[in-house]
Amino acid sequence: MISIAPRHLHQQYDVVVVGAGPAGMAAALGAREGGAEQVLIIDREREAGGILPQCIHAGFGLHHFKEELTGPEYAQRFLEQVLTRDIDLLTDAYVLDISLDGQLKVMSPRCGVTLLDSRAVVLAMGARERTRGAIRIPGQRPAGVMTAGFAQKLVNMAGYLPGKRIAILGSGDIGLIMARRLVLEGAEVMGVFEIMPHANGLNRNIVQCLHDFGTPLQLSTTVTYVHGFSRLEKVTVAPVDAHFNVLADQSRDVPCDTLLLSIGLIPENELSRQLQLRLDPVTGGPLVTSAMKTSRDGVFACGNVVHIHDLADFVSQESLLAGRSAGAYASGHQSPPDNIRLVPGENVRYCVPHTISSYGEHTVYLRVTRSLGACTLRLGTVYQKPLRYAFPGEMVTLKVKPRLLEHFHGEALKIDILPRQGGEG
Amino acid sequence: MSERYHYYHYLCIGCPLGCRLEVEAEAADIVEVRGFACQHGEEFAIQEHTDPRRVVTTTVRIKGGVWPRLPVKTDGVIPKDKVVPLCRALHALSISAPIKLGEPILSDALETGIDVVATRDLPRA
Repeated sequence: MISIAPRHLHQQYDVVVVGAGPAGMAAALGAREGGAEQVLIIDREREAGGILPQCIHAGFGLHHFKEELTGPEYAQRFLEQVLTRDIDLLTDAYVLDISLDGQLKVMSPRCGVTLLDSRAVVLAMGARERTRGAIRIPGQRPAGVMTAGFAQKLVNMAGYLPGKRIAILGSGDIGLIMARRLVLEGAEVMGVFEIMPHANGLNRNIVQCLHDFGTPLQLSTTVTYVHGFSRLEKVTVAPVDAHFNVLADQSRDVPCDTLLLSIGLIPENELSRQLQLRLDPVTGGPLVTSAMKTSRDGVFACGNVVHIHDLADFVSQESLLAGRSAGAYASGHQSPPDNIRLVPGENVRYCVPHTISSYGEHTVYLRVTRSLGACTLRLGTVYQKPLRYAFPGEMVTLKVKPRLLEHFHGEALKIDILPRQGGEG
Repeated sequence: MSERYHYYHYLCIGCPLGCRLEVEAEAADIVEVRGFACQHGEEFAIQEHTDPRRVVTTTVRIKGGVWPRLPVKTDGVIPKDKVVPLCRALHALSISAPIKLGEPILSDALETGIDVVATRDLPRA
Protein backbone atom coordinates (compact mmCIF):
# COMPACT_ATOMS: atom_id res chain seq x y z
CA MET A 1 0.00 0.00 0.00
CA ILE A 2 1.07 3.56 -0.63
CA SER A 3 1.64 5.02 2.80
CA ILE A 4 4.45 6.95 4.44
CA ALA A 5 6.68 4.96 6.78
CA PRO A 6 6.09 6.20 10.34
CA ARG A 7 9.78 7.13 10.76
CA HIS A 8 9.40 9.66 7.95
CA LEU A 9 6.54 11.47 9.64
CA HIS A 10 7.29 15.07 10.59
CA GLN A 11 6.67 16.33 14.10
CA GLN A 12 5.10 19.52 12.80
CA TYR A 13 2.84 19.96 9.78
CA ASP A 14 1.35 23.03 8.17
CA VAL A 15 -1.91 21.21 7.40
CA VAL A 16 -3.14 17.80 8.54
CA VAL A 17 -6.20 16.42 6.74
CA VAL A 18 -8.29 13.78 8.51
CA GLY A 19 -9.66 11.36 5.91
CA ALA A 20 -8.34 10.38 2.45
CA GLY A 21 -11.63 10.15 0.57
CA PRO A 22 -12.65 12.56 -2.19
CA ALA A 23 -12.84 15.39 0.37
CA GLY A 24 -9.50 14.73 2.05
CA MET A 25 -7.49 14.26 -1.15
CA ALA A 26 -8.89 17.46 -2.70
CA ALA A 27 -8.34 19.36 0.54
CA ALA A 28 -4.68 18.28 0.66
CA LEU A 29 -4.17 19.43 -2.95
CA GLY A 30 -5.89 22.70 -2.08
CA ALA A 31 -3.65 23.14 0.96
CA ARG A 32 -0.54 22.89 -1.25
CA GLU A 33 -2.05 25.44 -3.65
CA GLY A 34 -2.84 27.68 -0.70
CA GLY A 35 0.83 27.80 0.32
CA ALA A 36 1.27 24.94 2.81
CA GLU A 37 4.64 23.15 2.53
CA GLN A 38 4.16 20.17 4.84
CA VAL A 39 0.82 18.46 4.31
CA LEU A 40 -0.26 15.12 5.75
CA ILE A 41 -3.41 13.07 5.08
CA ILE A 42 -4.37 10.44 7.67
CA ASP A 43 -6.84 7.64 6.90
CA ARG A 44 -8.01 4.64 8.86
CA GLU A 45 -8.31 2.37 5.79
CA ARG A 46 -5.40 0.51 4.19
CA GLU A 47 -5.61 2.60 1.03
CA ALA A 48 -6.76 6.09 0.08
CA GLY A 49 -10.05 6.78 -1.67
CA GLY A 50 -12.70 6.57 1.03
CA ILE A 51 -15.76 4.85 -0.44
CA LEU A 52 -14.70 5.53 -4.06
CA PRO A 53 -12.85 2.21 -4.58
CA GLN A 54 -16.05 0.29 -3.78
CA CYS A 55 -18.24 2.53 -6.00
CA ILE A 56 -17.31 0.67 -9.18
CA HIS A 57 -20.20 2.16 -11.20
CA ALA A 58 -19.82 5.10 -13.60
CA GLY A 59 -21.16 8.60 -13.04
CA PHE A 60 -18.18 10.29 -11.39
CA GLY A 61 -16.07 13.12 -12.79
CA LEU A 62 -18.54 14.72 -15.21
CA HIS A 63 -18.15 18.10 -13.49
CA HIS A 64 -14.55 17.93 -12.27
CA PHE A 65 -12.81 16.09 -15.13
CA LYS A 66 -15.47 16.69 -17.84
CA GLU A 67 -15.62 12.95 -18.54
CA GLU A 68 -17.46 10.03 -17.02
CA LEU A 69 -15.38 7.87 -14.71
CA THR A 70 -16.01 5.05 -12.26
CA GLY A 71 -15.34 5.57 -8.54
CA PRO A 72 -11.98 3.75 -8.54
CA GLU A 73 -10.79 5.77 -11.56
CA TYR A 74 -11.84 9.04 -9.90
CA ALA A 75 -9.97 8.06 -6.73
CA GLN A 76 -6.85 7.05 -8.62
CA ARG A 77 -6.68 10.34 -10.53
CA PHE A 78 -6.75 12.26 -7.27
CA LEU A 79 -4.29 9.93 -5.58
CA GLU A 80 -1.81 10.33 -8.44
CA GLN A 81 -1.99 14.12 -8.02
CA VAL A 82 -1.55 13.79 -4.25
CA LEU A 83 1.57 11.67 -4.70
CA THR A 84 3.19 14.09 -7.14
CA ARG A 85 2.68 17.13 -4.88
CA ASP A 86 4.84 16.04 -1.94
CA ILE A 87 1.86 15.28 0.27
CA ASP A 88 2.42 12.68 3.00
CA LEU A 89 -0.21 9.95 3.25
CA LEU A 90 -0.50 7.83 6.39
CA THR A 91 -3.01 4.99 6.02
CA ASP A 92 -4.15 2.35 8.48
CA ALA A 93 -4.07 5.07 11.14
CA TYR A 94 -6.78 6.57 13.30
CA VAL A 95 -7.02 10.09 14.70
CA LEU A 96 -8.10 9.53 18.31
CA ASP A 97 -8.17 13.11 19.43
CA ILE A 98 -7.40 16.67 18.37
CA SER A 99 -6.52 19.08 21.15
CA LEU A 100 -7.77 22.64 21.10
CA ASP A 101 -4.26 23.89 20.21
CA GLY A 102 -4.02 21.66 17.14
CA GLN A 103 -2.17 18.60 18.43
CA LEU A 104 -3.38 15.31 16.94
CA LYS A 105 -3.19 11.99 18.75
CA VAL A 106 -2.80 9.32 16.07
CA MET A 107 -2.94 5.56 16.58
CA SER A 108 -1.84 2.88 14.14
CA PRO A 109 -0.49 -0.68 14.24
CA ARG A 110 2.85 0.55 12.86
CA CYS A 111 3.50 3.63 14.96
CA GLY A 112 1.50 3.01 18.12
CA VAL A 113 0.23 6.27 19.56
CA THR A 114 1.97 9.32 18.08
CA LEU A 115 1.49 13.03 18.69
CA LEU A 116 1.65 15.42 15.74
CA ASP A 117 1.40 19.20 15.70
CA SER A 118 -0.31 21.10 12.93
CA ARG A 119 -0.95 24.77 12.23
CA ALA A 120 -4.25 23.95 10.55
CA VAL A 121 -6.52 20.90 10.45
CA VAL A 122 -9.06 19.95 7.77
CA LEU A 123 -11.85 17.63 8.89
CA ALA A 124 -12.79 15.33 5.99
CA MET A 125 -14.05 12.19 7.75
CA GLY A 126 -17.09 11.74 5.53
CA ALA A 127 -20.25 10.04 6.71
CA ARG A 128 -21.46 6.70 7.96
CA GLU A 129 -24.59 4.83 7.01
CA ARG A 130 -27.74 4.78 9.09
CA THR A 131 -28.35 1.30 10.46
CA ARG A 132 -31.35 -0.77 11.52
CA GLY A 133 -31.18 0.82 14.98
CA ALA A 134 -31.74 4.28 13.50
CA ILE A 135 -35.24 3.33 12.30
CA ARG A 136 -35.98 0.66 14.92
CA ILE A 137 -37.27 -2.17 12.73
CA PRO A 138 -38.95 -4.66 15.10
CA GLY A 139 -38.18 -8.35 15.08
CA GLN A 140 -35.41 -10.82 15.74
CA ARG A 141 -31.65 -10.28 15.39
CA PRO A 142 -30.51 -12.69 12.68
CA ALA A 143 -27.40 -12.45 10.52
CA GLY A 144 -28.05 -11.03 7.07
CA VAL A 145 -29.25 -7.52 7.95
CA MET A 146 -26.67 -4.95 6.82
CA THR A 147 -26.25 -1.54 5.25
CA ALA A 148 -26.10 -1.28 1.46
CA GLY A 149 -22.66 0.35 1.45
CA PHE A 150 -21.22 -2.44 3.56
CA ALA A 151 -22.65 -5.01 1.15
CA GLN A 152 -21.09 -2.97 -1.66
CA LYS A 153 -17.65 -3.38 -0.10
CA LEU A 154 -18.23 -7.12 0.40
CA VAL A 155 -19.28 -7.67 -3.21
CA ASN A 156 -17.00 -5.27 -5.08
CA MET A 157 -13.78 -5.53 -3.06
CA ALA A 158 -13.77 -8.43 -0.62
CA GLY A 159 -15.39 -10.87 -3.06
CA TYR A 160 -18.25 -12.11 -0.90
CA LEU A 161 -21.87 -12.39 -1.98
CA PRO A 162 -23.86 -11.40 1.13
CA GLY A 163 -26.79 -13.68 0.26
CA LYS A 164 -28.84 -15.33 -2.47
CA ARG A 165 -32.24 -13.72 -1.98
CA ILE A 166 -32.09 -10.02 -1.20
CA ALA A 167 -34.66 -7.48 0.00
CA ILE A 168 -33.67 -3.81 0.00
CA LEU A 169 -35.20 -1.17 2.28
CA GLY A 170 -34.83 2.39 1.01
CA SER A 171 -34.47 3.64 -2.55
CA GLY A 172 -31.32 5.71 -2.07
CA ASP A 173 -28.77 5.46 -4.88
CA ILE A 174 -26.51 3.01 -3.06
CA GLY A 175 -29.46 0.63 -2.57
CA LEU A 176 -30.47 0.87 -6.23
CA ILE A 177 -26.92 0.35 -7.43
CA MET A 178 -26.57 -2.68 -5.15
CA ALA A 179 -29.81 -4.12 -6.56
CA ARG A 180 -28.12 -4.20 -9.97
CA ARG A 181 -24.78 -5.45 -8.65
CA LEU A 182 -26.41 -8.37 -6.83
CA VAL A 183 -28.45 -9.38 -9.90
CA LEU A 184 -25.33 -9.26 -12.08
CA GLU A 185 -23.43 -11.35 -9.50
CA GLY A 186 -26.13 -14.01 -9.52
CA ALA A 187 -28.40 -13.20 -6.56
CA GLU A 188 -32.14 -12.71 -6.74
CA VAL A 189 -33.45 -9.29 -5.65
CA MET A 190 -36.96 -9.69 -4.26
CA GLY A 191 -37.76 -6.01 -4.28
CA VAL A 192 -36.86 -2.50 -3.17
CA PHE A 193 -39.20 -1.05 -0.53
CA GLU A 194 -39.48 2.70 0.01
CA ILE A 195 -41.58 4.31 2.73
CA MET A 196 -41.91 7.60 0.82
CA PRO A 197 -44.40 7.92 -2.05
CA HIS A 198 -41.46 8.72 -4.38
CA ALA A 199 -38.08 7.12 -5.04
CA ASN A 200 -35.05 8.75 -3.43
CA GLY A 201 -32.44 7.78 -6.00
CA LEU A 202 -31.72 9.26 -9.43
CA ASN A 203 -34.10 8.34 -12.26
CA ARG A 204 -31.08 7.04 -14.12
CA ASN A 205 -30.61 4.45 -11.37
CA ILE A 206 -34.32 3.56 -11.22
CA VAL A 207 -34.18 2.77 -14.95
CA GLN A 208 -30.74 1.16 -15.24
CA CYS A 209 -30.64 -0.68 -11.90
CA LEU A 210 -34.29 -1.76 -11.45
CA HIS A 211 -36.30 -1.54 -14.70
CA ASP A 212 -33.52 -3.15 -16.77
CA PHE A 213 -33.76 -6.31 -14.65
CA GLY A 214 -37.47 -6.26 -13.80
CA THR A 215 -36.75 -5.66 -10.11
CA PRO A 216 -39.90 -4.37 -8.37
CA LEU A 217 -39.91 -1.01 -6.54
CA GLN A 218 -42.72 -0.69 -4.00
CA LEU A 219 -43.36 2.87 -2.87
CA SER A 220 -45.20 3.84 0.35
CA THR A 221 -44.10 0.48 1.74
CA THR A 222 -41.81 -0.40 4.61
CA VAL A 223 -40.36 -3.40 6.44
CA THR A 224 -42.32 -3.99 9.66
CA TYR A 225 -40.70 -7.15 11.02
CA VAL A 226 -37.47 -9.10 10.66
CA HIS A 227 -37.78 -12.91 11.05
CA GLY A 228 -35.09 -15.52 11.72
CA PHE A 229 -32.97 -16.71 14.63
CA SER A 230 -29.56 -17.51 13.17
CA ARG A 231 -29.99 -16.33 9.57
CA LEU A 232 -32.62 -14.00 8.15
CA GLU A 233 -35.56 -16.07 6.82
CA LYS A 234 -38.07 -13.45 5.74
CA VAL A 235 -39.21 -9.87 6.30
CA THR A 236 -42.76 -8.61 6.70
CA VAL A 237 -43.55 -5.59 4.52
CA ALA A 238 -46.63 -3.40 4.70
CA PRO A 239 -47.96 -0.32 2.92
CA VAL A 240 -48.19 2.97 4.82
CA ASP A 241 -50.82 5.71 4.52
CA ALA A 242 -50.16 9.39 3.84
CA HIS A 243 -49.19 9.90 7.51
CA PHE A 244 -46.78 6.91 7.45
CA ASN A 245 -49.10 4.77 9.58
CA VAL A 246 -48.53 1.10 8.80
CA LEU A 247 -51.54 -0.63 7.24
CA ALA A 248 -50.90 -3.92 9.03
CA ASP A 249 -53.93 -5.70 7.55
CA GLN A 250 -52.28 -5.43 4.11
CA SER A 251 -48.90 -6.78 5.23
CA ARG A 252 -47.21 -9.72 3.54
CA ASP A 253 -44.07 -11.78 4.00
CA VAL A 254 -41.12 -11.61 1.62
CA PRO A 255 -38.77 -14.62 1.81
CA CYS A 256 -35.13 -13.50 1.81
CA ASP A 257 -31.80 -14.29 3.45
CA THR A 258 -30.44 -10.74 3.30
CA LEU A 259 -31.91 -7.31 4.01
CA LEU A 260 -29.94 -4.31 2.78
CA LEU A 261 -30.61 -0.90 4.30
CA SER A 262 -30.22 2.18 2.11
CA ILE A 263 -31.76 4.69 4.46
CA GLY A 264 -29.39 7.63 4.51
CA LEU A 265 -26.03 8.86 5.75
CA ILE A 266 -24.98 10.64 8.93
CA PRO A 267 -21.98 13.05 8.91
CA GLU A 268 -19.21 11.61 11.04
CA ASN A 269 -18.48 14.34 13.56
CA GLU A 270 -16.95 12.78 16.69
CA LEU A 271 -13.79 14.87 16.22
CA SER A 272 -15.86 17.99 15.52
CA ARG A 273 -17.63 17.51 18.85
CA GLN A 274 -14.31 16.95 20.66
CA LEU A 275 -13.16 20.25 19.20
CA GLN A 276 -16.38 21.82 20.50
CA LEU A 277 -17.24 23.14 17.05
CA ARG A 278 -20.60 24.79 16.60
CA LEU A 279 -22.78 22.35 14.65
CA ASP A 280 -25.81 22.90 12.43
CA PRO A 281 -28.64 20.79 13.93
CA VAL A 282 -30.14 20.25 10.45
CA THR A 283 -27.05 19.02 8.57
CA GLY A 284 -25.41 17.42 11.63
CA GLY A 285 -22.14 19.01 10.49
CA PRO A 286 -20.12 22.07 11.57
CA LEU A 287 -21.16 25.63 10.80
CA VAL A 288 -18.78 26.87 8.09
CA THR A 289 -17.85 30.20 6.54
CA SER A 290 -17.44 30.81 2.82
CA ALA A 291 -13.79 29.72 3.30
CA MET A 292 -15.01 26.41 4.86
CA LYS A 293 -13.63 27.52 8.23
CA THR A 294 -15.43 26.17 11.29
CA SER A 295 -16.19 28.07 14.49
CA ARG A 296 -12.62 27.36 15.72
CA ASP A 297 -9.57 29.15 14.27
CA GLY A 298 -7.36 26.88 12.20
CA VAL A 299 -10.00 24.15 11.83
CA PHE A 300 -11.64 23.68 8.44
CA ALA A 301 -14.19 21.11 7.25
CA CYS A 302 -15.43 19.81 3.91
CA GLY A 303 -17.30 17.03 2.17
CA ASN A 304 -19.88 14.79 3.81
CA VAL A 305 -18.65 15.84 7.26
CA VAL A 306 -20.35 19.19 6.59
CA HIS A 307 -23.45 18.00 4.73
CA ILE A 308 -24.37 15.01 2.59
CA HIS A 309 -23.52 15.72 -1.05
CA ASP A 310 -25.15 14.25 -4.15
CA LEU A 311 -21.94 13.91 -6.15
CA ALA A 312 -18.26 13.33 -5.39
CA ASP A 313 -17.51 16.12 -7.89
CA PHE A 314 -19.19 18.69 -5.63
CA VAL A 315 -17.25 17.30 -2.66
CA SER A 316 -14.00 17.84 -4.56
CA GLN A 317 -14.87 21.44 -5.44
CA GLU A 318 -15.84 22.32 -1.89
CA SER A 319 -12.77 20.55 -0.48
CA LEU A 320 -10.27 22.26 -2.78
CA LEU A 321 -11.61 25.51 -1.35
CA ALA A 322 -11.36 24.26 2.24
CA GLY A 323 -7.80 23.12 1.58
CA ARG A 324 -6.77 26.44 0.02
CA SER A 325 -8.13 28.28 3.05
CA ALA A 326 -6.27 25.95 5.43
CA GLY A 327 -3.05 26.34 3.44
CA ALA A 328 -3.38 30.12 3.47
CA TYR A 329 -4.11 30.13 7.21
CA ALA A 330 -1.06 27.94 7.91
CA SER A 331 1.08 30.38 5.89
CA GLY A 332 -0.20 33.34 7.88
CA HIS A 333 -2.61 34.73 5.30
CA GLN A 334 -6.09 34.76 6.65
CA SER A 335 -8.99 36.03 4.60
CA PRO A 336 -11.12 38.69 6.31
CA PRO A 337 -14.21 37.32 8.06
CA ASP A 338 -17.60 36.99 6.39
CA ASN A 339 -20.11 39.75 7.01
CA ILE A 340 -23.39 38.22 5.82
CA ARG A 341 -25.30 35.37 7.44
CA LEU A 342 -27.39 33.12 5.17
CA VAL A 343 -30.75 32.13 6.59
CA PRO A 344 -32.76 29.20 5.18
CA GLY A 345 -36.26 30.50 4.44
CA GLU A 346 -39.37 29.10 2.79
CA ASN A 347 -38.94 25.50 1.57
CA VAL A 348 -35.17 25.58 2.23
CA ARG A 349 -33.96 22.90 4.64
CA TYR A 350 -30.41 24.14 4.90
CA CYS A 351 -27.71 26.05 3.08
CA VAL A 352 -23.91 25.68 3.10
CA PRO A 353 -21.83 27.74 3.70
CA HIS A 354 -23.64 29.39 6.57
CA THR A 355 -22.06 32.82 5.96
CA ILE A 356 -20.64 34.70 2.95
CA SER A 357 -18.79 37.95 2.36
CA SER A 358 -20.01 40.82 0.21
CA TYR A 359 -16.79 40.68 -1.85
CA GLY A 360 -15.57 37.48 -3.53
CA GLU A 361 -17.54 34.91 -5.45
CA HIS A 362 -19.39 32.15 -3.61
CA THR A 363 -21.05 28.85 -4.43
CA VAL A 364 -23.92 28.15 -2.04
CA TYR A 365 -25.47 24.68 -1.82
CA LEU A 366 -29.10 24.38 -0.76
CA ARG A 367 -31.48 21.56 -0.13
CA VAL A 368 -35.26 21.98 -0.32
CA THR A 369 -37.72 20.48 2.18
CA ARG A 370 -40.18 19.17 -0.40
CA SER A 371 -40.62 18.53 -4.12
CA LEU A 372 -41.39 21.63 -6.14
CA GLY A 373 -42.14 22.06 -9.80
CA ALA A 374 -41.33 25.35 -11.50
CA CYS A 375 -40.21 27.70 -8.74
CA THR A 376 -38.19 30.83 -8.00
CA LEU A 377 -35.09 31.04 -5.85
CA ARG A 378 -34.85 34.34 -3.97
CA LEU A 379 -31.77 35.68 -2.19
CA GLY A 380 -33.24 38.38 0.04
CA THR A 381 -34.22 41.18 -2.30
CA VAL A 382 -30.90 41.30 -4.15
CA TYR A 383 -31.34 38.42 -6.56
CA GLN A 384 -33.80 35.89 -7.91
CA LYS A 385 -33.69 33.17 -10.50
CA PRO A 386 -36.25 30.74 -11.92
CA LEU A 387 -35.74 26.99 -11.42
CA ARG A 388 -37.42 24.36 -13.59
CA TYR A 389 -37.81 22.17 -10.51
CA ALA A 390 -36.40 21.54 -7.05
CA PHE A 391 -36.30 18.12 -5.37
CA PRO A 392 -35.03 17.18 -1.90
CA GLY A 393 -32.79 14.56 -3.53
CA GLU A 394 -30.89 17.11 -5.64
CA MET A 395 -28.87 19.98 -4.21
CA VAL A 396 -29.65 23.42 -5.63
CA THR A 397 -26.54 25.44 -6.48
CA LEU A 398 -26.51 29.21 -6.19
CA LYS A 399 -23.60 31.27 -7.51
CA VAL A 400 -23.28 34.60 -5.70
CA LYS A 401 -21.22 37.19 -7.56
CA PRO A 402 -19.83 40.28 -5.80
CA ARG A 403 -21.83 42.73 -7.93
CA LEU A 404 -25.07 41.28 -6.51
CA LEU A 405 -24.09 42.49 -3.06
CA GLU A 406 -22.62 45.89 -4.06
CA HIS A 407 -25.54 47.80 -2.60
CA PHE A 408 -26.43 45.40 0.20
CA HIS A 409 -25.47 46.61 3.69
CA GLY A 410 -27.45 44.24 5.94
CA GLU A 411 -26.16 41.42 8.14
CA ALA A 412 -28.35 38.56 6.92
CA LEU A 413 -29.90 37.32 3.70
CA LYS A 414 -32.85 34.95 3.68
CA ILE A 415 -33.04 32.34 0.92
CA ASP A 416 -36.52 31.27 -0.18
CA ILE A 417 -37.58 28.87 -2.89
CA LEU A 418 -41.16 29.70 -3.83
CA PRO A 419 -43.46 27.81 -6.19
CA ARG A 420 -44.48 29.73 -9.30
CA GLN A 421 -48.06 29.79 -10.52
CA GLY A 422 -48.98 26.22 -11.43
CA GLY A 423 -45.59 25.06 -10.19
CA GLU A 424 -46.76 23.07 -7.15
CA GLY A 425 -45.33 19.63 -7.51
CA MET B 1 -56.32 5.37 -34.76
CA SER B 2 -54.90 2.21 -36.22
CA GLU B 3 -55.06 -1.02 -34.21
CA ARG B 4 -51.55 -2.11 -35.07
CA TYR B 5 -49.77 0.60 -33.09
CA HIS B 6 -48.68 -0.11 -29.56
CA TYR B 7 -47.79 2.15 -26.65
CA TYR B 8 -44.43 1.73 -24.89
CA HIS B 9 -43.49 3.56 -21.71
CA TYR B 10 -40.09 4.83 -20.58
CA LEU B 11 -38.89 6.90 -17.62
CA CYS B 12 -36.60 9.71 -18.74
CA ILE B 13 -33.21 9.68 -16.98
CA GLY B 14 -32.10 13.15 -18.10
CA CYS B 15 -32.96 14.99 -14.88
CA PRO B 16 -34.93 14.60 -11.62
CA LEU B 17 -38.18 15.59 -13.35
CA GLY B 18 -38.32 11.99 -14.60
CA CYS B 19 -40.74 12.54 -17.46
CA ARG B 20 -43.03 9.58 -18.20
CA LEU B 21 -42.37 9.06 -21.88
CA GLU B 22 -44.81 7.32 -24.17
CA VAL B 23 -43.75 5.95 -27.54
CA GLU B 24 -46.46 5.02 -30.00
CA ALA B 25 -44.99 2.55 -32.45
CA GLU B 26 -45.19 -0.64 -34.36
CA ALA B 27 -41.99 -2.45 -33.35
CA ALA B 28 -39.14 -0.05 -34.26
CA ASP B 29 -41.39 2.11 -36.44
CA ILE B 30 -42.12 5.13 -34.22
CA VAL B 31 -45.23 7.18 -34.92
CA GLU B 32 -45.07 9.64 -32.04
CA VAL B 33 -43.25 10.34 -28.77
CA ARG B 34 -45.18 12.08 -26.00
CA GLY B 35 -44.62 13.22 -22.43
CA PHE B 36 -41.22 14.89 -22.69
CA ALA B 37 -40.51 18.33 -21.23
CA CYS B 38 -37.38 18.91 -23.31
CA GLN B 39 -35.51 17.66 -26.36
CA HIS B 40 -33.37 15.23 -24.32
CA GLY B 41 -36.52 13.33 -23.37
CA GLU B 42 -37.58 12.80 -26.97
CA GLU B 43 -34.09 11.67 -28.00
CA PHE B 44 -33.84 9.35 -25.01
CA ALA B 45 -37.22 7.75 -25.78
CA ILE B 46 -36.22 7.07 -29.39
CA GLN B 47 -32.82 5.63 -28.37
CA GLU B 48 -34.34 3.44 -25.64
CA HIS B 49 -37.05 2.19 -27.96
CA THR B 50 -34.90 1.41 -30.97
CA ASP B 51 -31.44 0.55 -29.61
CA PRO B 52 -30.98 0.64 -25.82
CA ARG B 53 -27.30 0.54 -24.81
CA ARG B 54 -25.46 0.49 -21.51
CA VAL B 55 -21.98 0.82 -20.05
CA VAL B 56 -21.33 -2.27 -17.91
CA THR B 57 -19.35 -2.05 -14.68
CA THR B 58 -18.66 -5.22 -12.75
CA THR B 59 -15.79 -7.12 -11.12
CA VAL B 60 -13.65 -10.10 -12.08
CA ARG B 61 -11.79 -12.58 -9.90
CA ILE B 62 -8.10 -11.78 -9.46
CA LYS B 63 -5.36 -13.83 -7.83
CA GLY B 64 -2.49 -12.53 -5.74
CA GLY B 65 -3.72 -8.94 -5.45
CA VAL B 66 -4.38 -6.69 -2.46
CA TRP B 67 -8.08 -7.41 -3.06
CA PRO B 68 -9.63 -10.60 -4.54
CA ARG B 69 -11.84 -8.63 -7.00
CA LEU B 70 -10.81 -6.24 -9.76
CA PRO B 71 -13.32 -3.59 -10.89
CA VAL B 72 -13.76 -3.41 -14.69
CA LYS B 73 -15.91 -1.56 -17.22
CA THR B 74 -16.79 -1.73 -20.90
CA ASP B 75 -14.94 1.12 -22.61
CA GLY B 76 -18.14 2.06 -24.46
CA VAL B 77 -21.83 1.18 -24.51
CA ILE B 78 -23.04 -2.28 -25.52
CA PRO B 79 -26.57 -3.45 -26.43
CA LYS B 80 -28.67 -3.82 -23.29
CA ASP B 81 -29.49 -7.48 -23.98
CA LYS B 82 -25.75 -8.31 -23.83
CA VAL B 83 -25.27 -6.95 -20.30
CA VAL B 84 -26.13 -10.17 -18.45
CA PRO B 85 -24.37 -12.51 -20.93
CA LEU B 86 -21.23 -10.34 -20.64
CA CYS B 87 -21.25 -10.57 -16.85
CA ARG B 88 -21.63 -14.36 -17.11
CA ALA B 89 -18.63 -14.49 -19.46
CA LEU B 90 -16.58 -12.35 -17.08
CA HIS B 91 -17.40 -14.68 -14.18
CA ALA B 92 -15.49 -17.42 -15.97
CA LEU B 93 -12.30 -15.33 -16.14
CA SER B 94 -9.54 -15.42 -13.61
CA ILE B 95 -6.56 -13.11 -13.86
CA SER B 96 -3.49 -12.40 -11.79
CA ALA B 97 -2.18 -9.27 -10.11
CA PRO B 98 -0.57 -6.86 -10.76
CA ILE B 99 -2.95 -5.02 -13.08
CA LYS B 100 -2.83 -1.39 -14.21
CA LEU B 101 -5.79 0.95 -14.70
CA GLY B 102 -6.97 0.77 -18.32
CA GLU B 103 -5.40 -2.63 -19.01
CA PRO B 104 -7.68 -4.71 -21.29
CA ILE B 105 -9.23 -7.71 -19.55
CA LEU B 106 -11.38 -8.94 -22.45
CA SER B 107 -11.09 -7.68 -26.05
CA ASP B 108 -14.04 -7.38 -28.42
CA ALA B 109 -16.41 -8.59 -25.69
CA LEU B 110 -19.18 -10.81 -27.16
CA GLU B 111 -18.24 -9.47 -30.62
CA THR B 112 -19.49 -5.99 -29.77
CA GLY B 113 -16.20 -4.35 -30.74
CA ILE B 114 -16.00 -3.06 -27.17
CA ASP B 115 -13.20 -3.94 -24.73
CA VAL B 116 -13.52 -4.61 -21.02
CA VAL B 117 -10.80 -2.73 -19.12
CA ALA B 118 -9.57 -2.52 -15.52
CA THR B 119 -10.70 0.60 -13.64
CA ARG B 120 -7.91 0.66 -11.05
CA ASP B 121 -4.34 -0.39 -10.37
CA LEU B 122 -4.35 -3.60 -8.38
CA PRO B 123 -0.85 -4.28 -7.00
CA ARG B 124 0.35 -7.61 -5.64
CA ALA B 125 -0.46 -8.23 -1.98
